[in-house]
Amino acid sequence: MKSTGKLARAAFALLAGTAIAFSAGGALAQAKDNRIELQWWHAMTGALNERVNEIAEGFNKGQDKYKIVAVNKGSYPETLTAAMAAFRAGKGPHIVQVFEVGTGTMMASRAAIKPVYELMAQNGYKFDPGSYISAVTGYYSTSDGKMLSYPFNSSTPVMYYNKDAFQKAGLDPNQPPKTWQEFEPMLRKLKASGSTCPFQTNWQTWVQLENFSALHNVPFATKSNGFDGFDTELKFNSPLHVRHITTLAGWMKEGLMVYGGRKNEANAKFVSGECAIHMESSAGYATFARGAKFKWGIAMLPYYSDVQGAPQNSIIGGASLWVLGKHKAEEYKGVAQFFDYLTSTENQVWWHKNTGYLPITPMSYEATKQQGFYAANPGTDTSVQQMMLKPPTNNSKGLRLGNFVQIRDVMDEELEAVWSGKKSPKEALDTAVERGNRLLRQFERDAKRS
Amino acid sequence: MEKRVVFQNRYLPYLLIAPQIAITIVFFFWPASQAVVQSVLREDAFGTRSYFVGMENFLALFEDEYYLNSFKITALFSTLVTTIGLSLSLLLAVTADRLVRGTTAYKTLLIWPYAVAPAVAGALWGFVFLPGPGIFAWLLLQAGVDWNFHLNGNQAMFVVVVAATWKQISYNFLFFLAGLQSIPKSLIEAAAIDGAGPIRRFWSVVFPLLSPTLFFLVVVNVVYAFFETFGVIHSLTRGGPAKSTEILVYKVWYDGFEAQDLGGSAAQSVILMAIVIGLTVIQFRYIERKVHY
Repeated sequence: MKSTGKLARAAFALLAGTAIAFSAGGALAQAKDNRIELQWWHAMTGALNERVNEIAEGFNKGQDKYKIVAVNKGSYPETLTAAMAAFRAGKGPHIVQVFEVGTGTMMASRAAIKPVYELMAQNGYKFDPGSYISAVTGYYSTSDGKMLSYPFNSSTPVMYYNKDAFQKAGLDPNQPPKTWQEFEPMLRKLKASGSTCPFQTNWQTWVQLENFSALHNVPFATKSNGFDGFDTELKFNSPLHVRHITTLAGWMKEGLMVYGGRKNEANAKFVSGECAIHMESSAGYATFARGAKFKWGIAMLPYYSDVQGAPQNSIIGGASLWVLGKHKAEEYKGVAQFFDYLTSTENQVWWHKNTGYLPITPMSYEATKQQGFYAANPGTDTSVQQMMLKPPTNNSKGLRLGNFVQIRDVMDEELEAVWSGKKSPKEALDTAVERGNRLLRQFERDAKRS
Repeated sequence: MEKRVVFQNRYLPYLLIAPQIAITIVFFFWPASQAVVQSVLREDAFGTRSYFVGMENFLALFEDEYYLNSFKITALFSTLVTTIGLSLSLLLAVTADRLVRGTTAYKTLLIWPYAVAPAVAGALWGFVFLPGPGIFAWLLLQAGVDWNFHLNGNQAMFVVVVAATWKQISYNFLFFLAGLQSIPKSLIEAAAIDGAGPIRRFWSVVFPLLSPTLFFLVVVNVVYAFFETFGVIHSLTRGGPAKSTEILVYKVWYDGFEAQDLGGSAAQSVILMAIVIGLTVIQFRYIERKVHY
């Protein structure tokens, strides 16, 4: 009996001691770091995750008032869902990275977001829409140029090609095809030289339908691709679109083109040298620079030379940073300061050079050029040049569609039906437009109720 | 003879089942009621505003041919998984029951797949059937099959059924084996003396006596195919190609989490709930009557 009492007392003393030590430690930590924490939820993985952490670290070192905490929340849809659930529970992050197809959804949730132009103005930062590359920022701005979210990682699709494979097929490795008309004879030569995969594309909806429309200056949807209102209708079943998909389907049948999946799964087949021509985001640069053991080049996306006005300019993909509502004014001040930090030419240049994502100010493009980066790494400026080919029109500013996540899936499904020979290109595109319009109407109904 | 236990205290039985009731309320009734409420609302993704819309979410579902298609897919998928899974595991159990030597080794090996998580099972079979490096895919290609389950809906269904069935065979096997071992040897021997061959003995004596086990397994397998195969489908096909493997549960998840259409997703949950209640009633009312205990 006595011995248990002693044991209990000893345990209690130990417990109390630990508790004191902990609280002392806590107080110490608090004294050392009374910064305001700002949560930044993002979907960057691998090397890009490291770059994001470096950005947060750089900002945290440069001042002692705020502390950006960068947290990876999985894929883009997972990050968005996590932010929504947290916001409902009153614990939303300050900054959340949302992919471009989520833009319509975010815009429709006006009560949950804080527009970036408002944030910057309220905290005393001058905001001049003219000092940005409008082809990039326009995607995330209102029709009158007010920026709603901060364009963080924007890229545009370009064409990568295997110079060794071109040489082997008797083609000039410095003359990649400029038009779709030039494509076919080249693909035939590549196949004749033994290539099992002359051509493939990643992100088929983004590259072969969305950017295809912008480059040929034809509408993807009415109402300036949705910028002018929710009552927009899809238009990607025009004769030109049908012509293009028919061409691609023919190539697949002939073995001139290979289907490699909806996302970027097919990168592996370009890196391994199996595929000769590959269309992928400009942000794929890092992957190929590290992995490809052959000579390769970058070129602009091709166009049909008989279409008037082509090539216009390409549009972006990627993601932007949205600021969520219901936070303290003091915290918003820190977020504004962080965005200002991100926009500095120095940081923009670093981000552009290290990731292949586009710079958002013309100044940082010029600075990168002056540092000799493009000359040392030929082809890295292809994306910027393609974006700035011509001033954007209503067909090439970007896309602003509600329920766009599902619409992309619908397009993928219908395109796959073409590739597997189940549907004709016209039939598939008509169905995709009809199904997509139904999703747009549902979104419009929901938006009108507010 | 009455075998009922009689409690002296009126409140004791309620007290004893209280923990179970509490768990059911918190983890079933409460979320289910939330789904019912959500199914008649439309709200924006962040939940800042919501509107009562009556039956609109349900009506929209029945106008969607892909939702109706998902019913067909679910019916086909669960029938295949249940029948193939049960037949194969019954065959395995009967053979394992007859073994004289090495029974433990066989049993252990057959039980292993049950320890594999659905997503992992999906990834494993995905690799085996991967067009290109996958071994089965390679064999099929050699046999002249144009194999690519990322493009061909029937092939995708095949792969998903294989993975889902494989994972459930262990569980079925265990129950069948236990059922077989509880059948009195004297009955089988009596039938043998009466001149019944092995096949006749199986169908006339063993199979009827196994029917309680079989009934139980049918219920469990249907529920498994309906709800627990999400991981397999998500890792193998993500419901594709062109929604050809999108079972009802997968669509609930997709519409709710990927598409942020909470009202539509909740409406589907409510319908699914009604289906499960209906199925359970049918199973216990009609099928159970034919089962000999």
